[in-house]
Amino acid sequence: MTSPPSSTATSPPTTAANAAGPSVLTYREAIREALREALEADPRVFLMGEDVGAYGGCFAVSLGLLEEFGPERVRDTPLSESAFVGAGIGAAMAGLRPIVEIMTVNFSLLALDQILNNAATLLHMSGGQCAVPLVIRMATGAGRQLAAQHSHSLEGWYAHIPGLRVVTPASIADARWMLPAALASPDPVLIFEHGGLYNLSGTLSQGDGPVDLDTASVLRAGEDLTLLTYGGSVAKASSAAETLAALGVSAEVIDLRSLRPLDDATILASVRRTHRAMVVDEGWRSGGISAEISARITEGAFYDLDAPVSRVCGAEVPVPYARHLEEAALPQVADIVTAAQALVGGHG
Amino acid sequence: MSEKHLRTMVMIRRFEERCAELYAAQKIRGFVHLYVGEEAVATGVIGTLEHQDAIVSTYREHGHALARGVPATAVMAEMFGKAEGCSHGRGGSMHLFDVSRRFYGGNAIVGGGLPPAVGLALAETPFGRAALGERPAAVVVCFFGEGAVAEGEFHESLNLAALWKLPVLFCCENNLYAMGTALRRSEAETDLALKASSYHVPAWTVDGMDVEAVAVAARAAVTMVRAGGGPAFLELRTYRFRAHSMYDPERYRTKDEVARWRELDPIPRHIAHLGLDDAAVAALEADVASEIDEAVAFAEAGTLEPVEQLTRWVLSDPATPFATITGTQP
Repeated sequence: MTSPPSSTATSPPTTAANAAGPSVLTYREAIREALREALEADPRVFLMGEDVGAYGGCFAVSLGLLEEFGPERVRDTPLSESAFVGAGIGAAMAGLRPIVEIMTVNFSLLALDQILNNAATLLHMSGGQCAVPLVIRMATGAGRQLAAQHSHSLEGWYAHIPGLRVVTPASIADARWMLPAALASPDPVLIFEHGGLYNLSGTLSQGDGPVDLDTASVLRAGEDLTLLTYGGSVAKASSAAETLAALGVSAEVIDLRSLRPLDDATILASVRRTHRAMVVDEGWRSGGISAEISARITEGAFYDLDAPVSRVCGAEVPVPYARHLEEAALPQVADIVTAAQALVGGHG
Repeated sequence: MSEKHLRTMVMIRRFEERCAELYAAQKIRGFVHLYVGEEAVATGVIGTLEHQDAIVSTYREHGHALARGVPATAVMAEMFGKAEGCSHGRGGSMHLFDVSRRFYGGNAIVGGGLPPAVGLALAETPFGRAALGERPAAVVVCFFGEGAVAEGEFHESLNLAALWKLPVLFCCENNLYAMGTALRRSEAETDLALKASSYHVPAWTVDGMDVEAVAVAARAAVTMVRAGGGPAFLELRTYRFRAHSMYDPERYRTKDEVARWRELDPIPRHIAHLGLDDAAVAALEADVASEIDEAVAFAEAGTLEPVEQLTRWVLSDPATPFATITGTQP
């Protein structure tokens, strides 16, 4: 037991919600709370992956869940990505609701056969008989000096694949609420958790609840341009929008939330108002999700554009270790500000 | 029982011979991999299973599907690419599915079916049984060729099934060639049962050209696996009499070798074992022929899925709940 902080102890409670207060927690804790709730609520749910149990999760997301739910439902696996992802597929076909954790997106390549050739394909290939209600969570992204085999942003690759849903929680609320939505989906959902966000701290309102996995979210309204981004770049885009506001440029910020499906309606509605669009993506530019978004804007709102769609992407290098090189390889707030000024400047 | 084995084997043989004709007539397209010569394996193994048991198969799976009781009509219609096919024309020869019979399809990635088979067996763990409701104990049978033992998924899956003591019967159909690559040219260790044993999976090597031997071994293995001790492994030594697929000039083996194996043909061997006379065999053949005629007529008369339905089942149709282990039983 801990004593309540004196500041709140002396404040009289007003409503029940206020008495409980908005809870402050980290992105990591929000996912853990979602996992705990799912394991408690549905006996078909189980978590499986490398070091999710005794170790508590590579990023400490599942800390304590083994003790709470036991080794059958919090399963440590061998380092066999293909086998345990494929086992998740089979378990899902049998009626269970597996949550598979893959340590990082780079390791998911060892399970790519199962994800593409089975999870994404079985429903169609079987003529609608084999639904695969599987949730796969994995860490993605750079920024922690983990070099070229732990830092890539390959969620755009997965967004290429019909039969999958690809979501990218960037907020505490989405970290908390995308998981139950993914578990409710009859189709495979890939949740990409940006590694730089696990320590992000924020509040979760009592009234918050299940979210959808389809729509983008307008985080900040603006008039001069639309910044379209997701995952680990959302905070950077928001910060850039603050700076731009001080410079007299009004930027709308959209958190895409889902890379497959893309929320064309929200994207195009914004661009039609602001007439300028910039995609900010930690992934590589060539053939990346930024190219897809840019193409859709060109297809759907070409005559509303006052300037070509702009992109700020990760440099086309395997992510390097040295801090200054890694920073140079990733979209930074200053890059976004500079590119945004160029985008509006010439046509202001 | 034994005559049932014979009928299943003859059905598979004649069905596939008809498929080859229909391929030449361009009624069936794509890749078609015939099982001719290997019929004793599917017949002997699947004949020992209960309705609650699950099967994961390969791209050479016409025999497995027919032995499981997937109607020949639906299999043939699938080969024709018709909407009445067992995969609604989405799968073809390599991807036959019938979840109502717990037939989880032909997987055309060598080794790719093993991990899902392990996962299907997770439903049989204490937590899976508690979550999905009381039902008879099920065994998952996973077929794959000897070529799959070179894949990492083979090793990962045997290890995982053994580690977690899951009820999977791994059935390796060793027909000696991974397409055109002989086992001895691809494996440093060609004793497949030894490989399985190294993961503490009990393993036996069986004459896959003798349906009675296969059935005896499969019954013992299935009983053991169903009792809950963990997985088992059968190496079924067999041979495919025909080419790998319809595009195979067979440069990698001699006609003499094929002829020697044809002497071990499981069908005449089983007829001799049963002591059936010519009239009995002729009656069985006529019965099978009429079932195949019916299947071909059904496939011919089948309809083409409207192109407007092209993107159906990419994601689930929310209006159509999907089948699960608890939702459907044959």
